[in-house]
Amino acid sequence: MDFELSEEQGMLRDTVREVLTKNYDVETLRKVTDTDLGWSEKVWNSLAEIGILGLTFPESEGGMDAGPVEFTSVMTELGRALAPEPYLDSVLVPGSLLGIADDATRAELRQGLASGELLMAFAHNEPGDRWPVAAVATTATADGVLNGTKTLVGHGDCAHKLIVSARVGDEIGLFLIDADAAGVSRTAYRTHDRRRGAEITFTDAKATRLGSGDASQVIADTEVGIQTALCAEALGIMERSLELTVEYLKSRKQFGVPLATFQALTHRAADMYVQLELARSLDLYAISALADGIADPTIASRAKLQTCRSARHIGQEAIQMHGGIGMTAEYPIAHYVSRLTAISHTLGDADAHVAKLAKDLGSYDMIKVG
Amino acid sequence: MQLKFSPEEEAFREELRSIFAKVPEDLRKRNEEGKLNYPDDIITSARILNEHGVHVPNWPVEWGGKDWTPIQFHIYREEMNLAFVPEPLPFNAGMIGPVIAQFGSQEMKERFLPKTANLDIWWCQGFSEPEAGSDLASLKTRAVRDGDHYVINGQKTWTTLGQFADWIFLLARTNPDVKKQAGISMFLIPMDTPGIELRPIQLIDGSYEVNEVFFNDVKVPAENMVGEENSGWTQAKFLLGNERSGIARVGYTKTNLARAKRLAAQTKTAHGTLLDDPLFAARLAEVENELLALEVTQLRVAASSADGKPNPASSLLKLKGSQLQQAAKELLADIAGPDSLPVAEVAADAPNGSARVSAPEWAQLAAPEYLNYRKVSIYGGSSEVQRQIIDKAVLGL
Repeated sequence: MDFELSEEQGMLRDTVREVLTKNYDVETLRKVTDTDLGWSEKVWNSLAEIGILGLTFPESEGGMDAGPVEFTSVMTELGRALAPEPYLDSVLVPGSLLGIADDATRAELRQGLASGELLMAFAHNEPGDRWPVAAVATTATADGVLNGTKTLVGHGDCAHKLIVSARVGDEIGLFLIDADAAGVSRTAYRTHDRRRGAEITFTDAKATRLGSGDASQVIADTEVGIQTALCAEALGIMERSLELTVEYLKSRKQFGVPLATFQALTHRAADMYVQLELARSLDLYAISALADGIADPTIASRAKLQTCRSARHIGQEAIQMHGGIGMTAEYPIAHYVSRLTAISHTLGDADAHVAKLAKDLGSYDMIKVG
Repeated sequence: MQLKFSPEEEAFREELRSIFAKVPEDLRKRNEEGKLNYPDDIITSARILNEHGVHVPNWPVEWGGKDWTPIQFHIYREEMNLAFVPEPLPFNAGMIGPVIAQFGSQEMKERFLPKTANLDIWWCQGFSEPEAGSDLASLKTRAVRDGDHYVINGQKTWTTLGQFADWIFLLARTNPDVKKQAGISMFLIPMDTPGIELRPIQLIDGSYEVNEVFFNDVKVPAENMVGEENSGWTQAKFLLGNERSGIARVGYTKTNLARAKRLAAQTKTAHGTLLDDPLFAARLAEVENELLALEVTQLRVAASSADGKPNPASSLLKLKGSQLQQAAKELLADIAGPDSLPVAEVAADAPNGSARVSAPEWAQLAAPEYLNYRKVSIYGGSSEVQRQIIDKAVLGL
């Protein structure tokens, strides 16, 4: 049993933290997220320079050969800083799906992603989908002509290339297409947590198939990775939310005394700590499973369920204990809570994951670690 | 990062399983069903564990303890729960044994520790008083020196299983003129000493688990004081710090949830079984998930504990652990539903589970157990006390 980061992993975390805290405070964050792009190319280039973007790719593909422990600790740091850079959407997810591509294509695209010059996005979700249902009604012909609509494509607005899931005969295939190709039309949007996305329609758009054979498994495995990454990001956000709340309870005075003198508040902070640590535990559980090469959707659901419960509890309590200032966009806590809320509604909320776990209850006798 | 037990730890687990299997099966079955015979089953089980050297592993090695790692202690507690071996009597194994080993004279250690380990002495705890609960240091029971004796007057309460006890370890005030923590001493007293009177308190489930103990001019030899006069608060804090470790009882709650699952699958509703009911299944799945999160938390605490120092995160384990124990008992009671209403034959002294009606015995026992388990978030430092510890020791509030 070992729950600690290795020395190297710890250094990686510290480096990312340093880059992000140097670049982001709440004012900068508001400025950056008010631009059309919604994130900072300067920060993006810094992340590329220190090797973060290619972190999980093999060295031969411009990467650092690192695994889930490393990419989740980057996600936690992005969460702590509330950095809006699209590491997950534009690099990690497409990078993972490229696993099914042929060697040359995979190497070329991953090198582009690692350098920070290429941005990609995964166009999978369709109108009417709600986790765990993904209809994939978009169709592709044998020679890769796409028709259909994809929605909620995270950072689809800025992507240069898209990976699109589409039905080809009885199979689900993954298709690569330039985002500005003929027949591709994008409608960008802003999210409540100040991120970006796009709805994308494909009308007789000519794409290239990635690899061959049914891609359902690689999509499912990637989804486990996304869930784990989101949980790790949420963990960083919850950590900061509790820290900010505790600092506020110590510094804010009412009735001539610090708020920390009121047990009605401090005992609730203790409950936030309990929720944080429970989420951290299942987060670590999911990360170590992934690190062992196990992409288990049940484990991902377990981590996501606890994360959603903890996120809602910690988020709402954090604002409540800040009082009015917690409602303002001028103070960080509101941004943290908005992001937590968005994560909780991505790839299944607490109820959706409880429902999945509840269906499987009869298949085992006793809950066990491992 | 590695969330796996080592091959050595797995071998250790197997070794413990074979030891725990030596406790008679019928006794363990009674424990599973909540029908232990007190005090016999506890004593039988304790002596088997002691014979195999695993009754008091938390004690110093020279007095029968083991220099296990925190992970090994975790495995020990879990396997004990999964095998339905009764947990060692906390007053002996968890409380007074370590206190005597730490603070007692050599003579006192030799006199008491072997008998305490073998349950030749059954100890009870004389700490709480009617006016001193969470604020234990405000206790009023007085001990006044009289030659080579102390004379004790006062009242203790919530003395768990005191009706079976041979000895009591008692906190009493030896100096009323100093700060309240500074005037307390600890005494070891035989329960059959003249002037001690025990009154059972019946609990919400009809059981007799706790007692009041009255002290009227009780004479105690001075050598029965643990450590120095007025050093009792140090010993009490040491004891209470030990009390919290292992109190999450994750293994026990696991067995209760597995049981709830089996019983729910047998319980018919209008549309199948209770386990098919989405609302019920969601509740169970949710508690299970939290339990898994708590188990991993416990492993994290164990993996990071050094030198056996109390980790403030153990307050989290107590706080959440007691909530989940209660959630599991609540599920069991709710599965029993209307069948939980009858509990016994009419006679006032008929035991729970004895009603001769259609409701099965487990269902008759379910509501009393559920009601009884409110205690776990009150004893051993209430949930509110644990939150206070988290605030001070973890959050700096």
